[in-house]
Amino acid sequence: MRFTLSWLKEHLDTKASLEEISEKLTSLGLVVDKIKNPGEALAPFTVCEIIEAEKHPNADRLQVCKVQTGNEIIQVVCGAKNARKGLKAVLARPGHIIPSTQQVLKVGKVRDVESFGMLCSNEELLLEETSEGIIEVDPKAPIGKSYAEWLELNDPLIEIEVTPNRGDCLSVHGVARDLAATGIGTLKPLKTAKVSSTFPCPLSLKIDLEACPYFTGRVIRGLKNGPSPEWLQKKLRSIGLRPISALVDITNFFTYDGGRPLHVFDADKIKGNLSVRLSKTGEIFKALDEKTYTLSDEMTVIADDSGVISLAGIMGGESTGCDETTQTVFLESAFFDPIHTSITGRAVNIISDSRHRFERGVDPLSTLPGLEAATQMILDICGGEASQILAEGQPPYEEVEIPFFTIRLETLGGLAVDPMEAEKILNSLGFKLIEDENGYSIIPPSWRFDITQEADLVEEILRVKGYDKIPSVPYGERPEQKPLAPAQERRFAIRDRLASQGMTEVITWSFMSKEEAKLFGGIDKHLVLINPLSQDLNGMRPSLLPNLLKATLQNQNRAAETIALFEVGPQYANPTPEGQSLMATGLRCGLFNQNTWCEKKRPVDIYDVKADVLALFELVGLSPQIEANGPSWYHPGRSGTFKFGPQIVGYFGELHPRVLKAFDVKGPTLAFEIFIDRLPLSKKKTTAKPKLELSPYQVVDRDFAFVVNQNVSADTLIKAVVKAEPSLKMSLSIFDVFAMGDGKKSIALRIRIHPKDHTLTEDEIQMISQKIISSVEKNVGGVLRQ
Amino acid sequence: MNQMEQLKRTFLKGLEEVSTLQGLEDLRVRALGKKGDLTLLMKDLGQKTPEERRTLGAELNALKDVLTIALEERKEILEEDGLKERLVSETLDVTLPPRPRATGNIHPLSHVMDQAIHIFGQMGFVVAEGPDIEEDFYNFTALNFPPDHPARQEQDTFYLPSSSTGQPLVLRTHTSPVQIRTMLKTQPPIRIIAPGRTYRSDYDATHTPMFHQIEGLVIDKHTHMGHLKGCLEEFCRLFFEDPSLKLRFRPGYFPFTEPSAEVDIWWKGSSWLEILGCGMVHPNVLRNCDIDPTEYQGFAFGMGLERIAMLKYGIEDLRLFFESDLRWLNHYGFAPEARE
Repeated sequence: MRFTLSWLKEHLDTKASLEEISEKLTSLGLVVDKIKNPGEALAPFTVCEIIEAEKHPNADRLQVCKVQTGNEIIQVVCGAKNARKGLKAVLARPGHIIPSTQQVLKVGKVRDVESFGMLCSNEELLLEETSEGIIEVDPKAPIGKSYAEWLELNDPLIEIEVTPNRGDCLSVHGVARDLAATGIGTLKPLKTAKVSSTFPCPLSLKIDLEACPYFTGRVIRGLKNGPSPEWLQKKLRSIGLRPISALVDITNFFTYDGGRPLHVFDADKIKGNLSVRLSKTGEIFKALDEKTYTLSDEMTVIADDSGVISLAGIMGGESTGCDETTQTVFLESAFFDPIHTSITGRAVNIISDSRHRFERGVDPLSTLPGLEAATQMILDICGGEASQILAEGQPPYEEVEIPFFTIRLETLGGLAVDPMEAEKILNSLGFKLIEDENGYSIIPPSWRFDITQEADLVEEILRVKGYDKIPSVPYGERPEQKPLAPAQERRFAIRDRLASQGMTEVITWSFMSKEEAKLFGGIDKHLVLINPLSQDLNGMRPSLLPNLLKATLQNQNRAAETIALFEVGPQYANPTPEGQSLMATGLRCGLFNQNTWCEKKRPVDIYDVKADVLALFELVGLSPQIEANGPSWYHPGRSGTFKFGPQIVGYFGELHPRVLKAFDVKGPTLAFEIFIDRLPLSKKKTTAKPKLELSPYQVVDRDFAFVVNQNVSADTLIKAVVKAEPSLKMSLSIFDVFAMGDGKKSIALRIRIHPKDHTLTEDEIQMISQKIISSVEKNVGGVLRQ
Repeated sequence: MNQMEQLKRTFLKGLEEVSTLQGLEDLRVRALGKKGDLTLLMKDLGQKTPEERRTLGAELNALKDVLTIALEERKEILEEDGLKERLVSETLDVTLPPRPRATGNIHPLSHVMDQAIHIFGQMGFVVAEGPDIEEDFYNFTALNFPPDHPARQEQDTFYLPSSSTGQPLVLRTHTSPVQIRTMLKTQPPIRIIAPGRTYRSDYDATHTPMFHQIEGLVIDKHTHMGHLKGCLEEFCRLFFEDPSLKLRFRPGYFPFTEPSAEVDIWWKGSSWLEILGCGMVHPNVLRNCDIDPTEYQGFAFGMGLERIAMLKYGIEDLRLFFESDLRWLNHYGFAPEARE
């Protein structure tokens, strides 16, 4: 909503400064977006008079003028033909910025004659697009006066944001009413008129009350349409509206001035009689914006015998539009229902000042007074005579009483307000108050559609007082519990752990393309968006990996060689809340490390991501079973599935070459996917650790190399070793693995034995070694390598 | 000059000249070894008279002490020189970069979410959650959105096929449905925050189709707007690490709060920046959750995490939050923090 300060003052009697007004507006909830003073750029330029004009001694086209500035006479060289003695002109002095060039004017010498200023043209001051010669100022203008002031350009334009519940403030009068309630001024009453009609309305009207509850109008004949008077044009221009013709400008004026949209039809172009009804599917309508619209049913329209001539409350039709030849009009003032207007407006996608207001609610009781006031202005400006009023239906307004206890200002709003003051504020906003022994009953005015209960009234009084008056009370009793439950806390810890592993956290879209999801099990049809932003983002992701692969490709394209990414986020199996799983999904691709002076580079491999996953499991205190093979997007021989009993809790492995090819990712890529919320929560009640026994006896290290069949896993070999002497604590590390041919491989282990109660003798050590060798032979068929 | 004097002089001169530990040992052997000059002189004592033996013996012992001490002193010097030399030969270029240790980063949004949870946690809020795919009821209807509210229309909301029970499904457009889910299953007093992903169909320099919000909700019998102001002032001052940060509460409009407010912060001494919306929970919302508005009341707020992250860390382009560009993540990300 835009208005100028002078327009506001037509509705508000105030001595407040622009700054005070601006602060009050924001504090009322009518936040000021910007304030612009069009006179500001012209402020330095003043009215002067040429008292002498002589030909330049060295140039035919130039004149040397003596100029009276108001307190001195200066010499100015001027090239304009219309510069002459006695002319009042606009003077720029050295140091001033010329609006059209943004250059600072300097004292200059023009062909050896000094010039101490410049006489300006309208073009130079950006007052007109092109101009010939310098400005010829009205001889009545006093010398020395600011030219912007003389033109009354110093009228700040105020732009405010109006929330959707405050349709009443889409008018200068409504804004003034709010401001008056704060006590910075007095609201002036809206101008009313009582037009005497001279003939019965020649049109008849049929109205469907479902389409429109209240409709009024009248014919005005014998008028003359043309450009509107200067004051009206100037007013509309000041808020950025283009003047069109007197009739149209008058309706625009009422739309902004009092928030009362109106429409004028050229009555001579109306065929037969008028009806207000709901549209039928397929009806065609050509609007004033010169576009043709095909209507669906249930749109409120105004029609004549030829069909639809106006989309109610949104835009008039071309067939009955007014132009300079118009002599008879039908002036409409109605109440169109917000919901209907909003649905229709969206369907046809027409944005207009009228729709904007009807959608938010136009005061139903302004229908008839608005018609009368607009008629009067048309008669005043265009002449003619008015018919009797045609009115159908009733204004939809009922007085509703809302019980109100002023104590709620304190108990809900946090600000104690004197009941007398509360009463005054409500009164000035147009509310009616009925006082009884229990408190008040409040009747909201017809222009407020947003006030239905006590909390609304609390807001009204608080916003007029200003929210800054509410004292802040320190909040927060000491917490009784941690903000995160253990299952929630764990997710954050997992994220930190993965970052500690050297992986970088990303956050990617929850959606992806249906097409790309196919390699990851596809997207269930219930998870495909009805209105996606693009086909790239048309379904809810079944896995986080596709997004991570795309990120990998993009980073590879930017020459990244080490890529280690993870995301903790949702994936979706079905649209129910249970179908959403929180995942920790990560991926490594390219080099584990770069070549440096002390280390050789190496590519990442499956054991790197295994380490990442084990770090995660260690963090949550779990050790799941690992089964060979993951889902179809993994390499079948290089992947595994993590399980707790029958429950799958995750996958890891090398991604399938087919997947990498589809995503154009270069080099082997290792990944893991963990279903965080499927991991059983630790049942431990205490954070205390088990007791540690520190043995004083010497540990023993022994190396063994076993030859086993190629298909024997390291895991089973280790189990066989540990089983050999369960009474002793052993720690193992595998330090060598290599294939020996003939389907055999060698696995070398270092075993550290921790004695419990005495130092082991050589014989005892021999015995333990023998037990280990036999256990390996018995359990996995391995023999000690000679 | 007698023999002893001669021996002493030769030995001390030799000590001066010797430069290696081996040379020093040779010198020792020549004078003090089994067949060393001084040893031999001492052996000769046996053939002397007792008188001579006493005086000469004392002199020889004194000489031995002198030589031994001089030798030890010289040895220490030579050892020290040797060590110095070795250390010099062992010099490394300490300006060489160390072995790189791979470091990861936490996304700035996660970091901001952590901080918000921590600060509200200190005020007694606990974290509540809800699904991204929401029923229209939780996202709009129960939150008192009129049926024709623009936010309900297609241009803002992502729709999914209706559920098996015929409920329209949407991607939640805000975290506010968590308010409803919480109030329907918990009796007041309630004090929750709900951080999470939210979605709106909009993509330009200042909008992404997915973004993050944190919601707050307090329901009890006495909490009023003064508490709301106090709570958010404390949060903003702690979050932006500015104990005198100025906040401006001004009237706003949300269907699910009344009175409603928008909150601006005075940013870098130059302008008011809108950072969040809040208000007292609308009585209709309480009614929709079977909570009696004549008995209970409270406040709610919601803010965009990207917005506060951008302000705090000087991040300019919203879209880069979701581009997974390692250069950006390494610059704006955070090292994983140690947790309790």
